Amino acid sequence: MKNPLDSLWGTVIAGFVLTAVLYVFARNFLG
Amino acid sequence: MENINIAAVLARWIHFMAGVMWIGLLYYFNFVQVAALKNAAADGTAGGITKHVAPRALLFFRWAAVVTWLAGAALLGPLFVDAFLLRNGMGGIGIGAWLGTIMLFNVWVLIWPNQKKILGMVTASDGEKNKARRVAFLASRTNTMLSIPMLFFMAGGWSHRALFGL
Repeated sequence: MKNPLDSLWGTVIAGFVLTAVLYVFARNFLG
Repeated sequence: MENINIAAVLARWIHFMAGVMWIGLLYYFNFVQVAALKNAAADGTAGGITKHVAPRALLFFRWAAVVTWLAGAALLGPLFVDAFLLRNGMGGIGIGAWLGTIMLFNVWVLIWPNQKKILGMVTASDGEKNKARRVAFLASRTNTMLSIPMLFFMAGGWSHRALFGL
């Protein structure tokens, strides 16, 4: 599998996906 | 006149200015310079970028990162520990602070020492330069990726913390 960071747009998409994951974490697991 | 915390206002102002310089140069490297260097290397004109542009951009880049982090820490003030422990309603901004801290680490521990090898500021063999090029590239791309959630949590983690149920 290709590393998404080798592509600029793969990097940007990975950033948005990570934002969504961290948002779900913050919303559900933080006090 | 209402009681205004001048130190917090100055810290926020400096945090924004230095942050714009840091992330602006990060985006310059990733959106502009990487592709430009590839094309420049193909027609033999990369020297101008690696000799005159990159060292200067890296100088402002790495020190802007330090100033951004210090001003952010000053802005958090007594809430610094709560933010980094993601507690007492500081979880949103705390995630932003953690991401910014990881990015600062990447700048000083992975990007800058390897860029010094790539740009010939320290002696390195061709093999070491090739390895340095890959590590610096991936660290820079990692920071570009992390900047997206970092800016989301910085922008809304405190002022819009209801978004996170905090």
